Amino acid sequence: MSDATAAGGKQPQEFEKVLSGSDTSVANFETQSRTPLETAQHFLHSNPAAVPLIVLLLSILGFGIAVGGKFFSAFTMTLILQQVAIVGIVGAAQTLVILTAGIDLSVGAIMVLSSVVMGQFTFRYGLPAPVAILCGFAVGGLCGWLNGALVAHMKLPPFIVTLGTWQIILAANFLYSANETIRSQDIDAQAPLLKIFGETFRLGGAVFTFGVIVMVLLVAVLWYILNHTAWGRHVYAVGDDPEAAKLSGVRVKGMLVQVYVLSGLICALAGWVLIGRLGSVSPTSGQFTNIESITAVVIGGISLFGGRGSILGMIFGALIVGVFSLGLRLIGTDPQWTYLLIGLLIIVAVAIDQWIRKVAG
Amino acid sequence: MSQEPILTARGLVKRYGRVTALDNADFDLYPGEILAVIGDNGAGKSSLIKAISGAVHPDEGEIRLNGEVIHFRSPMEARDAGIETVYQNLALSPALSIADNMFLGREIRKPGFLGQWFRMLDRPAMEKRAREKLTELGLMTIQNIGQAVETLSGGQRQGVAVARAAAFGSKVVIMDEPTAALGVKESRRVLELILDVKRRGLPIVLISHNMPHVFEVADRIHIHRLGRRLTVIDPKQYSMSDAVAFMTGAKPAPEQMVAA
Repeated sequence: MSDATAAGGKQPQEFEKVLSGSDTSVANFETQSRTPLETAQHFLHSNPAAVPLIVLLLSILGFGIAVGGKFFSAFTMTLILQQVAIVGIVGAAQTLVILTAGIDLSVGAIMVLSSVVMGQFTFRYGLPAPVAILCGFAVGGLCGWLNGALVAHMKLPPFIVTLGTWQIILAANFLYSANETIRSQDIDAQAPLLKIFGETFRLGGAVFTFGVIVMVLLVAVLWYILNHTAWGRHVYAVGDDPEAAKLSGVRVKGMLVQVYVLSGLICALAGWVLIGRLGSVSPTSGQFTNIESITAVVIGGISLFGGRGSILGMIFGALIVGVFSLGLRLIGTDPQWTYLLIGLLIIVAVAIDQWIRKVAG
Repeated sequence: MSQEPILTARGLVKRYGRVTALDNADFDLYPGEILAVIGDNGAGKSSLIKAISGAVHPDEGEIRLNGEVIHFRSPMEARDAGIETVYQNLALSPALSIADNMFLGREIRKPGFLGQWFRMLDRPAMEKRAREKLTELGLMTIQNIGQAVETLSGGQRQGVAVARAAAFGSKVVIMDEPTAALGVKESRRVLELILDVKRRGLPIVLISHNMPHVFEVADRIHIHRLGRRLTVIDPKQYSMSDAVAFMTGAKPAPEQMVAA
């Protein structure tokens, strides 16, 4: 460091003079050709739903061969769809929360409480069914808001917040409903709107419920929102790096609250669909929906660390679980094999996620 | 020269509990210059820059942009006023694409029905503008504007962050340690980038610990010490060792300040 150097002004530093002879392409991207493995890694990095889709197709193929032709029937395929409708809808809510690097253990409880509110408001207070259903949505949204406010403003970890609200909401559900089931005949007689999503229609051999249609529409709409609107990009940005998102002008706290409220509303929708699926309003149903939704999300290749993954992966994940449970049942094995294999899939999915995240430069 | 400063701060005070990070700090930035801000760790450089860029609200004092008093409540408001900041951590979302990052928080929506009712993003328009900006700054060796930022090298990421600031900054660009995490070659590229931005007429505030880089590009050097502006020196009249001596208090600061 000398005065001469300082006075030199806009000249390169002494130690940099040798650079004139070096390669000037500093920001060159395609530096070297990639191995097939790296190519695969980059492909998966930009298409996070590809792995679950491949696993789904392979598992359908595998069970088709093992079970025989009837597995490929439209009836079996649509039966799987019917069975994953609830998990698919709740999984959509879970996807939003996990994309923000959170987790929502209370989704199943919100779903059940909302369905109980829809049922009890109709039968206990004699409200018209549409009003009771709106009340159910309001309760779902409120539960979501509580989660969101605690996470965003109190800065509590989402796992702890929703572990608490899960218990609170579930207990509130049992206390309020007095553990009382509303029977199917009563709903048919007085408020068939509650069961609308259980209605089926046929297309050839395929049997669809309205619940399945709702799931597909919901996922399609959320896919659009997440990928083609500013709000959706902000969900990813918040989960990816909240500090960077904030400095880039994203209102991180507001986004978090909105995501949890939306998650609560989607859970209420799942509660409505649940009434259709069960035919009755049962406060004891959906005990494992939170774990099942997290399973679908994880197998769907959505990163638990936030900011990565596609909602389409979640639906593929839910379908993989559906294919495994129905396929293994048709083969006639012990149902525990389902859990064992799903457990394996979860660990493999997370391992693949970690590997994909290592992609760089 | 009797040019009016574009950005000034007078008597800024910021306390964090018992720690006074800014103690009556002043600041002046003139049009078209590169002003380096140097200071020891804990001198309050970051607090000063955060106050100017809207990330921190000073407890006392006033900031003027083009002579008008401003009160930024968030970095968003500073950005809207034309002050762009390149943060040390770059404030980029690793999983999002280059184009998405450049437009994060100020996305362009499709015109008409799709944009208004379906809030659809105008990806082609955003990608076009992002590509234009990167090309202007000679960074278009980055081929795919849709690739995730985390697949870029450190220098490329810095380039994206600088391009974002240059694309949207209409009045001032603030750069916090732009070369700290880079290798020799990438640092050189970023310094050229800084001079490029200056040539477009944007004044730049450069915070750096790297004396050779500071002395190479800066027109004036603001030395921060103990929460306030100690002095402003002309890099052509003082050596790096002088600057370090003023900064650390080893030498008393010169009386006269350098205006633009």
